[in-house]
Formats: sequence, C-alpha cells, structure tokens
Amino acid sequence: MSLPTDPTTAATLGHAIDPEVRRAGLVKRLVRIPTAVVALVWLVVVVAAAVLAPLLTSQSPTASDILDALAPRGPGHPLGTDGVGRDVWAQLIYGARTSLVGALIVVIVSLVVGLPAGLIAGYFRGRFDGISTWIASLLMAQPAIIILLVVLTQVGRNTALAMFVFGFVIAPGVFRLVRASVIAVREELFVDAARVSGLTDPRLIRRHILPVVVAPTVIQMSQIFGIAIVVQAGLEFLGLGSANQASWGGMLNDAFQAIYTAPRLLVWPALAIILTVTACALLGNALRDALGGAPAARRRRRRKELSDTGSVTVSTSPDVADDVALQIDSLVVSYPGAAGDREVVHGVSLAIRRGEVLGLVGESGSGKSQTAFSVLGLLPGAASMSADRIQFHGEDLTTLSGAAMNRLRGRRIGYIPQEPMSNLDPSFRVGSQLVDPMRHHLGLSRKDARAEALRLLERVGIRDPERVFDAYPHQISGGMAQRVLIAGAVSCNPELLIADEPTTALDVTVQAEVLDLIRELQAEREMAVLLVTHNFGVVADICDTVAVMRDGRIVEVASADDLFSDPQDAYTRMLLESSVEGAPARKPLPVIGATR
Amino acid sequence: MTETPLLEVDDLVVEYDVRGFRRSPVRVLHGIALDVRRGETLGLVGESGSGKSTLGRAVLGLAPVTEGEIRFEGRAISGLGKRERRALSSDIQVVFQDPYTSLNPAMTVGDILAEPLAVGGVAKGEARQRVKDLLDAVHLPTDAAQRLPREFSGGQRQRVAIARALCREPKLIVCDEPVSALDLSTQARVLDLFVEIQERTGVAYLFVSHDLAVVRHIAHRVAVMYRGEIVELGDGDTVTSTPEHPYTQKLLLASPVPDPDAQATRRARRLEAASSGAGGAR
Amino acid sequence: MFTFLLRRIASGVALVFVTATVTFFLTAMTGSDPARRILGPTATLDEVAAKQAELGLDQSVLQRYLDWLGGVLHGDLSTSWFTNEPVTTLVWAALPITLSLVVSAIVLTAVISVVLGVVSAVRGGWLDNAVQVLSIVGFAIPSFLVGLLLSVVFAVQLGILPAIGYTPFSVDPVGWLTSITLPAVALTVGAVATVSTQTRGSMIEVLGQDYVRTLRSRGLPTRSILLKHALRNAAPASLTVLSLQFIALISGAVVIEKVFGLNGIGQLATSAASQGDVPLILGVVLLVVTLVVLVNLLADLLLGWLNPKVRIA
Repeated sequence: MSLPTDPTTAATLGHAIDPEVRRAGLVKRLVRIPTAVVALVWLVVVVAAAVLAPLLTSQSPTASDILDALAPRGPGHPLGTDGVGRDVWAQLIYGARTSLVGALIVVIVSLVVGLPAGLIAGYFRGRFDGISTWIASLLMAQPAIIILLVVLTQVGRNTALAMFVFGFVIAPGVFRLVRASVIAVREELFVDAARVSGLTDPRLIRRHILPVVVAPTVIQMSQIFGIAIVVQAGLEFLGLGSANQASWGGMLNDAFQAIYTAPRLLVWPALAIILTVTACALLGNALRDALGGAPAARRRRRRKELSDTGSVTVSTSPDVADDVALQIDSLVVSYPGAAGDREVVHGVSLAIRRGEVLGLVGESGSGKSQTAFSVLGLLPGAASMSADRIQFHGEDLTTLSGAAMNRLRGRRIGYIPQEPMSNLDPSFRVGSQLVDPMRHHLGLSRKDARAEALRLLERVGIRDPERVFDAYPHQISGGMAQRVLIAGAVSCNPELLIADEPTTALDVTVQAEVLDLIRELQAEREMAVLLVTHNFGVVADICDTVAVMRDGRIVEVASADDLFSDPQDAYTRMLLESSVEGAPARKPLPVIGATR
Repeated sequence: MTETPLLEVDDLVVEYDVRGFRRSPVRVLHGIALDVRRGETLGLVGESGSGKSTLGRAVLGLAPVTEGEIRFEGRAISGLGKRERRALSSDIQVVFQDPYTSLNPAMTVGDILAEPLAVGGVAKGEARQRVKDLLDAVHLPTDAAQRLPREFSGGQRQRVAIARALCREPKLIVCDEPVSALDLSTQARVLDLFVEIQERTGVAYLFVSHDLAVVRHIAHRVAVMYRGEIVELGDGDTVTSTPEHPYTQKLLLASPVPDPDAQATRRARRLEAASSGAGGAR
Repeated sequence: MFTFLLRRIASGVALVFVTATVTFFLTAMTGSDPARRILGPTATLDEVAAKQAELGLDQSVLQRYLDWLGGVLHGDLSTSWFTNEPVTTLVWAALPITLSLVVSAIVLTAVISVVLGVVSAVRGGWLDNAVQVLSIVGFAIPSFLVGLLLSVVFAVQLGILPAIGYTPFSVDPVGWLTSITLPAVALTVGAVATVSTQTRGSMIEVLGQDYVRTLRSRGLPTRSILLKHALRNAAPASLTVLSLQFIALISGAVVIEKVFGLNGIGQLATSAASQGDVPLILGVVLLVVTLVVLVNLLADLLLGWLNPKVRIA
C-alpha cells in the first residue's frame, strides 16, 4: 500500500520515454507482453461484469433470506449464499461495481489535483512550489486510513465520499512524481533551446514537458487504481463502507464474522481483490516496459560486472621477449546484441616494453577503452573476451582465476580513470580509500599505511595532505581528485599503469600538471604505461609509442616521432590533418563601410 | 565608419542566489564589457568556472542580469518581459554543447526544425520546404526530416542543432562549446560548416570554447575570461599566438601541440614560466 | 549537522501543530448534532441542550479549539463522548499493542529486505525472480487478507497460534511473542515487497557507478566492495522508503488489529469513526502524527549520519 514516490525513480522514468514507442504504437507494444494481455483480459472481464451485473444475475445482492442462509452452490445461487442468505455471485458482481467506481473516483481526483499542481510547481518553481511541496509532505506524513477515519467520524459511513477524500490523500504521490519529472526535463538543453526559439510557456509545456510526464503518470495511475481497491476493501472490512451496498470488503467482513463456521466465504471476495489488484500491478509493470524500452536487460548486464569477465578462450603462442611488460595477442571483445553478438574489438595485438609509455589513440567507439579494460579484467559483465594471450611479466592473465586476478589488480597493475569526481566513493574519506588497498596488498599497519598515504598525497603535488586525507570527495576540486586517484593507482608500486583518458575531464592548465605528474612518476618508478586518449596533443606530450585504433582494429603502430612526421596509414593522416591545432588563425573581419 | 555593434555588453554582473538563510549570492560575472559586430565571430575562451557559458546564457536571457546592460542593435535587451524576449527569438539563436540533450528525443528532426518556424508564423507547406532547405544548408540528406535524433551520430545531431538555430535567419548565434563533445575529425568539419554559413549569411557568432586552437580557427576576435572577468580581448591571431596577459600565456603554454618536438619546447617554456612566475594560479 | 537537526525538529513540531489544528476544525465543522447522536432519537430537546452544554458545544469553535489546545499542552486530551473515560487513558492503554506490532514489523522488514535486496541484486537468478514476484504479490494482497489467511491456517485450522487477543510483554514474554507473531508477519509481507525492491534497485545502481569499478581496479576483496562501499551508498534510498513504510504500516495495523482482535490504536480509531467520537479521534491523530514525526526524525538522523555532505555542513 505504498506509492512509488521516490524522486530518483521519478526522474529516471521521466527520461524513459522511448521515441520508438511513439512510432510503433503503445497498444501494439503492450500486446506483445504476455502478462499485459492476461492483466488486460481480466480487467475487461471485471469491468464487463460490473456494467452488465443486472443481466448476469436476477438476484439482488442485498436481499437477505435467513431461511436460505449458508446455502451450497445450486441452481438459484451459482456460488451459494452467505450467513444471512444473500446471493454470493450477485454480491460479487455488484461489489465489482462499487470497487471500480471507488477506484475511478480516486484516480480522477488524484490526477485532477496532482497533475496540474506538479506541472506548475516543477515548471515555474518559486513560491507555489514551496507551498505545494510543503502541503504534499504534510499529507504524506499521515497514515491514509487515519485521515479517512477522521472524515468518517464526522459524516458517518459513506464509501464514495471516503474515496473522494482518499483521492486528495494520495494526490501528493502524483504531485511529487510529476514535479520531479518536470524538473528533470527542465534541466535538458532542448527545453532551453525551445525557450530561445520563442515558444510561449503553455506551448512549451504542451510540446516538450507534458509528453515526458505522461508515461510515468499513466504507470502510476494503474498502481493507484490497485491501491484504491485495497484501501476501499479495508474500510469496508472495518464496517465503515456505505450501508446497503454490496462490496468486496463488506463480503470479507461478513465472512470474517463466520470464520469458524464457513471460512469458504472468504475465498470469492479475496480472489476478486487479489486478481484485480494483481492485474493493475502487472499492467503497470508492462506499461513501464512498453514505454521505457527494456530496463531489465540493461540492469542484468550491469549486475554481472562483479563476477569476473565471462568467457575466455585461450591458445598458446610463442614466448615473448624479456623486456616486454605486457603483450596482447589477438584480443577480441564482443557484446550480445539483438541481432547476434556484436564484436567491438577484432583481434588487437599490442606490446608494451618495461618503462615505455604507449598511447592508444582513436575516436569514440574505436574500442580503445575496451582494450584497456580487457587487460584489467574489468569489462562489463555482458562482454565476452577472448585472446590468444595477455602476457603480463610472465603470467598469462587469460588463465588466471578471479582471485588471482584480484591479487594483481591494484598491486601490480594500477588504473587511472577518466572522470575524477565520479571515481571516488562519496561516502568515504579520501584517506580511507588510499589506505585500504595498501593494507590489503602490502599488509601495512593502519599507522604505516596512513603515513604512506600522506607521503603519496604530498608526492602527487597536494599542498595540504593532512586536510585532503581527512576530506570527503565532495570537499576537494576535480584536479585534486584526479591527483588522489593517481596516488591510489601508484600506491602499491605497480609495474603497469593503465590510464583511461586521464586528463579529458580536466581544464588544460590542470591537464598539463597532471601529465607532468604521470611523466615524473613513470620515470621514477620505471612503470610501463598504457595511456588511452583521443587527444594527439597529449600523445605528443607523453607517449613513446603510439597505436592508432579505428573500429576495433589497430591501423598503425609507430614511435611518436615517426607517427607525427611520417604517418603511414590514410586514417592516421586524416586524423592528424583534422586537428585545428597549429592551423592558421582566421583573418580579421574587414571593416565594413557605410553600406548600411 | 562607426557602425553600431550588433551586440554590446556593458559592465555585466551576474549573481546567483544561494539557498539557505542569509547566504550572500555568488557573483559569477564581475563587470563584463564586450561587443560583437555584424558578421563577426567573437571567441570567448576560458576554463571551467570562468563564467564564459554564463555570459552566453545571459545574452540569451537564460541567466539573470544583476547589474549592467546588454544591448542588441542599440536596444537594451536585459530585463525584457517574456513577450518582448520571445520577439527576439528571430534575431538571437543558440547552439549548445551537448548534441545528445539539446534535441528532444521524442520529436523527429523535421518537427524540431518546424517548431521555431511555426512560432514565427510560417505556414505548414512553406515550413516543409524551408526544412528541406535547412537540411540542405547543413549538408544532411532530405530524408533526415522523418528520422529521430538518436538515429544520428554526434556530428550529425550538431548539424541539426545548427539548422534549428538558422531557422529564423537570426543575426546572432550564441555557440556554447558546440564542438567540444565531438570527435576530432567531426569537429573540423562542423567548424568548417560554421564558417561556411557565416560567409554565406553574414550571421555573427558569440563562440564560447575552452580550446584556444578551436577559437583561433573560427574567431575574428578573441576574449579570454578568468574567474568572471575578461583578462584580454583582441585580434584573434594575436591573442592566440602572442598573448600579453600572463593567464592567457599560461593557457597557451598548457595546451599540448600534436608534434613531439614542438610540444617538448612548449613544455619546457611552461615549466620555466611556472618556476619564475612563483606558482601562479592553481 | 546541529542546525540540520534543529531545522528538522522545528518542522516536526510544525507538522504536529498544523495536523492537530486542521483535524480539529475539520471535525468541528457541520455534520450531525453530536449530542443528539449520543443520546439517541428518544431524547428530548432539553436533554440534548443540556448535553451540548456539558460537551461545551454551545461555545464558539475558536473557544473550543483554544480550550482543547490548552488541555493538550497540559497532557489532557479531553474525555471520550461515549465511554466518558479520559482519552489519554484510552490511548495509553492501546499504544503498547500497536507499537509492538508496528515496531516488530519494521524491524523484520528492514532485516529481510536488506538481505533479499542485496542478494538478488548481486546474484540474480531465481532469488531475483522471486523478489520481483514478491514485489507484485506484496502490492496486490493487502495485509489484512494475508492476516485473514494466516489466521485461518495457523489459528483456526492448525490452532498453533492464538487467533485473537494480546498478552503484554511484562505479563508473559512468550505469550506476547505468540500474540503478535501472526499480525506482525501479515504486516511485514507488503513492506518487504516495497523495501526489498528499492534496496535491489539502488544496489544495482550503485554497482554500476564508476567508483565501484575503480575500487575493483584496486584489487579490494569483492565482499568488502559489496558490503562496505556499495551497501553504504545504497542505504539512504532504502532508509527513506523504510521510513515511509512506517506510515503505511500504521494504516495496515488499523485493519490488522480487527482481524486479530487486538485493542490497539486502530481499534480505538475505528470505533471512534463508527460512533462519531470526536475527542477520541483527535487524540488518536495527535498520537499517530507525533509517532510519525519521531520516526522521521530518527530516519533523518540516520540519513544525516550516512551522508557526509549533510554531516559536515
């Protein structure tokens, strides 16, 4: 009996409209989901029974006949009679009327109250937002049934009125969902662009805001419909429903009075409630899938990330030279797709010598990051990887168990990520994120690890190591966070450093300092470095050797000097020529005479 | 000879309120002054937090103007009412950085381009022809109109965004980092498109970027921003190759050149400047 | 953290005050004449007038409100119109029953949901499917139906647990446990459905974060990444849902108390509603909203403690 009011779900739902849906048609998508079909069929049956009740039985649902009490199933009574001789079948179908009408009242009231209020509050913000949000939180802090009991204390038994009030009670859920969706979509640049295009507010809301709100609201309405049926049944069970009206909750109450004599009377109303509400829930889930693509598949892939990379096929090949730190032979990475597996890396081979900095360059989608994560064994769970060999200082990484790989990661292979702020755990202090791996790998005491962490922070150019050690990630700048991540990557003295676009998220002045730092650390510790980047300036600054990737293949490997002075591959040449760096400046605008 | 500039910004101050009791507002721009002439590209360079995007948003009416004035064709446009601001939409347009969120994913490219036309009162039949012409102008195939944004690559989406900006034949387009989310090869082609359109239509650009090389490529004049102030403003070639202000020099020396020898020299000069310049701003 | 806490306390007090005031005026408005309702249709007009004076209904609404509020501030919740007992006495007698029920249900929910949510997020497989089915079943079967079912099976058919009645903990701890087991379990099913689904979702989201990959790249043991880092970051969302569930559980308890014949707050409220006993329902509302505020405060404290951004500020 709770509502999906969490603002984060609301926000994601807001984004979840799949444009393809518009084209395919919602109904078509929906009938492809079996549970949706079952749910829809059941709801149609219930609605039909409610509407056609007088045609389906000649009995009155409220006429009691003590002489015919607790009659078994028979010709006059298809489901028998209850403790005071009322026909169960008639009660059941007339009860469906009561339930559906009540639920409809709730849906309409909550929509009429919650939707406009949420739209206005989310779009215009300001005072209305403040006040309405406050009222919503006030209402949400009250147990619904208690509010209804307060109202019924005053007016006596009245199901329709109780449901009308319940519409208001549950409206804050609609309000919050709509408001959160609106706020999320308002942040989108296309809304700014529409405003600059000169759209009026009503038009902007209709064209760009409302379509985003519709999907989550429709999903929520199917849930509210179910909740309303449950709450109404609860009130009727308490004996507070309208008198002289058949209802499922009322039937349960009557059956409860006779629980020792005829517990079977519980079955029919209970089934009716459970099946109808289940249908609402299933319909809601199906709508979510139909409107929002298939989040289930996406989730499943992510989840498997924690188990180490799935299928690995291995074969042997000749030995590698002594001074090679890392040798990759014929690496293939693929992802399952709708139309069979999709290969993103097609047989990449690479070698990095000790103390060498290899730049892996390419445009987005070239497979450069996939190659780097393959070495770390940190590809997303859905990926499957195979290689003839990934030889790291005499060990073939493709043959290692998950535990053995975990002993290498962080200890002998370090990793520097791209985005500094999202790569530190926001809930833990910077210090503990540095100390934990050192204690784990090097067996240092808490005190020694702390001293070492402080020394590292100082080494990466942080002026006040004590303060940063005790800080939470949100308290330090992006540049500083990247220094902390570099400190973490080298904390256990790795022989190989894998840096995935380590300066892309940084300002150029900070980028220069971070590249200096990586270069110094590399020289000082004689590490081999695999640096993934799309920036030829970064390559020129730090790399000894360059491998250029395109569409999952390496098109050219050369020393940095050769690559820039004499690129062999046409693609490399095209990339280098595309660079606007060093191109002539645009000519100044000629001063226009008095032509205008 | 003294033509009125298309856009003038005088002593512009932008402040944002900070939530919470008695918090003083944060000042993002501290008295900015610049102008853009007809048909000109003014490059606006700076690092994150320099206020360069805020300046663009203030011109678009998307950021609050606390003090100072913004004039368009000699008329003050800061603090306009909603109706008057909407009327300006035929003169001032925008291309944003992120081609993935600047196009409504639920609308076809044709609808996206027709929307500003409908606002401008263009009839449906005529709008359809105009959409065709616009797609042609940004070198997209005509059948693009029936497709959804997500069926396009980043560079193509940015072309759609440029076409949308061109719909109403504006006099000024604010370009907020329009190529920084694009791949290198795409970047160059989109920049060329910007130049081509400018030469054909005479539109002016206020071109915001963090990349000196990009700005050098497209801007006639360049303004360098640092912590909400303009520290240097001048001819594009001069500012991007022999800057005067220490911050611009630092920015230039920090940008890596795609040539190992030239970059080694630049790095050496930067390290030298840093050690002599007693730290500088970090 | 201190100002954060002060603000939450202030807003909690405001919530109690506003709720009490709105409820008072809601119940003071129109409706049938309470004196007539109490005395029945046979009473004379004089008797009704006398009863009105006795109940203070001849005074202005504002005066009655001020009197009531003054009483509340002195711990006097007025007298029930029908039993003539002080509302305070009635409510205090009922409170332990409802609290036993709701608190045991919330503790059970928290423990089961964390285990189910984490395991289904990490392992997937049949357990994951089970959690997803549970989320629908828990939504679709109202707790009082679960209660009825449990009652039929365990009390009526098997007779191993009592069908009705409450034994205070102080009298017989084992009796207390057996008397609340069925109702608490009935309440828990729906709550577990909601909270475990949330926990599963936020765990999956956290496990997809960049910093989890970076932690893995440091070679930390999987167990520590899961239980220390991921759970810690997933906890706030689950805690928020859990505190909202407390409110839903009170609603559920109102109906469950009838199923198991427990004379708790819910039964008081139900009888107040069916008889039109205004002072009693006002007392119940005041007590319930105070409980909710206290629980929210506790949740806020925990959330603040979990979130360094709040704790440091």
